[in-house]
Amino acid sequence: MKQHHGMTSIVKNTARLVSGFIAVFGLYVALTGHLAPGGGFAGGVILAASGVLIVLAFGRRFSAKVITDRAVHIADAAGAGVFLLVALLGFLAGAFFANFIPTGEPHHLKSGGAIPISNLAIFVKVGAGLLGAFMALSAFRLTSKESKT
Amino acid sequence: MDALVPLLVVVPFGAAFILVALANLPGLARRRAEGGESAGDLASAPGPRRHRVLSLLACAAVLANFIIALALLRADIGHIYVGGWGDEKSALGIELVCDGLAKLMVVIINMVALVSIIFSWSYMRRFTKVWLFEALFLLMTGAMNGVVLAGDLFNMYVFLEIAAISSYALVAFGCEAEELEAAFKYLILGTVGSAFILVGVTILYSLTGHLNMAKVHELLPAVGQTSPAVLLAAAALLGGLALKAAMVPFHAWLPDAHPSAPAPISAMLSGVLIKAAGIYALARIVFNVLGPTTEYAAILMALGVVSMVVGMFLALGQQDFKRLLAYSSISQAGYIVLAFGVAAHLLATGGDRNIAGLCIFGGLFHLFNHAAFKSLLFLSSGSIEQQTGTRMLKEMGGLTRRMPVTSFCCRIGALSIAGVPPLNGFFSKLIIIIGLALAGQLVLAAIAAGVAVGTLLMYVKVQRYALEGEPSGAAANAREAPAMMCVGLVLLAVVCVVAGLALLPLRDVVFGPAEDVLLGAAGKLTGGLTP
Repeated sequence: MKQHHGMTSIVKNTARLVSGFIAVFGLYVALTGHLAPGGGFAGGVILAASGVLIVLAFGRRFSAKVITDRAVHIADAAGAGVFLLVALLGFLAGAFFANFIPTGEPHHLKSGGAIPISNLAIFVKVGAGLLGAFMALSAFRLTSKESKT
Repeated sequence: MDALVPLLVVVPFGAAFILVALANLPGLARRRAEGGESAGDLASAPGPRRHRVLSLLACAAVLANFIIALALLRADIGHIYVGGWGDEKSALGIELVCDGLAKLMVVIINMVALVSIIFSWSYMRRFTKVWLFEALFLLMTGAMNGVVLAGDLFNMYVFLEIAAISSYALVAFGCEAEELEAAFKYLILGTVGSAFILVGVTILYSLTGHLNMAKVHELLPAVGQTSPAVLLAAAALLGGLALKAAMVPFHAWLPDAHPSAPAPISAMLSGVLIKAAGIYALARIVFNVLGPTTEYAAILMALGVVSMVVGMFLALGQQDFKRLLAYSSISQAGYIVLAFGVAAHLLATGGDRNIAGLCIFGGLFHLFNHAAFKSLLFLSSGSIEQQTGTRMLKEMGGLTRRMPVTSFCCRIGALSIAGVPPLNGFFSKLIIIIGLALAGQLVLAAIAAGVAVGTLLMYVKVQRYALEGEPSGAAANAREAPAMMCVGLVLLAVVCVVAGLALLPLRDVVFGPAEDVLLGAAGKLTGGLTP
């Protein structure tokens, strides 16, 4: 049972410190996806990794209160929905997925038109989706362990 | 009209996302039960009224899709490049192809989807998390639309995967041990198939530098149709897609997966998924990408004949109604692949194009008919199972009196698939057999006729045990299924009757253009425009 209440306080404190930085780095990778290697998917995976770190350090019982099923579902659906919406808004510029926002100057953060928005949507979708999958797997493990004891 | 084409994928996907979000929004979800972890699942279960709103949304999305599919049928659609990035010369962008064949397929997919979602309105009430079912259902429908509309190999692969992954989850939806086992088997074999398809796509891409189907077809002769790399790619693609189409000997997953799913999903899987993801993709690759050669034709014919015969014999021995239907799907899919194989043989050897056209028409018509009557049979098996609580034929009996509407529709479906005139199955089998005979394949025509007799036997058995006779213990308390389920059954029964009678007008409007797409590829490029 001990592991469900998390690891030692050294690990917990380290994880608490580090996970915020990891999440911010994920956001950075997603935000500069149109300028540098990376993008929404890579950023989302990093975001999910920070969540996974919390789950590992603090145990499933605690993290399930912070990262609820419902929040994961909503974030996942919202990310996908926004991505689809951006694609549909492309009809404003004449075609499905067309870039309907002025693309601006290359190599600036504010460039690329609709691409950064799509990247952010993918960031949320992938982060929530991966974290949700991980939570689901950890829940499965918990019940199977408990049924044995 | 061009703007409508992406909507076929966008509408179901969007509806699926909205559904998931709505089902989980705090204001709408049922108030969290008192404390503790176990509330996790309950908290996201919407109340009965939300259920109805969400189901209505799903139905509306599928209905909208069906209307779009019908509207596209007569439309004149040119090249559609996603994002407006590509052009016809470079063919680097993502192209959507809405030619005759794709139009026919989207009509079939959305017709069966519409009937299945209407049926599931009442049928799914005994499950929890119906919104999850509906979201996965919409994802699967949208992905199948994507498969048939994709104009490049990689997008076809991606949509195949989306459709496959949502179907794995749907097969396991009941979460019983048997269903989980079937879904796991399906997952493993399906993934192996997908991996082979991806390998094939990769090789073709490295050889030609293009993913666009029309462009690959144009560039392949320069590489050499019989170079080892092309043959390897063809082997990977044909193997992977034959697994998706559940051709014998790649069929092991189907008899477990299709009966285990909830009835509307069985109808979708047997009715359209093995066709959109398997047979359609197989035909596209052989006819429009690789170009028909005698070798590919021989493979298709062999797969078709073996599936037809083995599927029939395995089905004859079944006592489980849904398993019998699943094996019969393998057998009937064999007809379609056999007809395509003979057509490919004729095209490759320079035979009569009209006879090849007849074979393709027979195959496509049988594909349409099989979607209609196999979905009808799976849905009626679902309502019989719900009312009697058994899937075993011997435990049923006398259902004609107990469930008149369901039994009548079931009988129409059984007679159609058995090939009794004037229902649609008779005409498609007749056309296939005539086509095979005219093509000089008399042995194959005789086998096809023999399998038709076997199919008749198998469905006489179904009628004898399930519908006729004295009501047995399980059937004694059965009552007619709820109205929404009957509506679904009646709709498909009407399609079965009308399609048989309206054969000639249907050929002009729907099947003719689809036939031209597959025929045209031997001579010239058809990457989406059918002039």
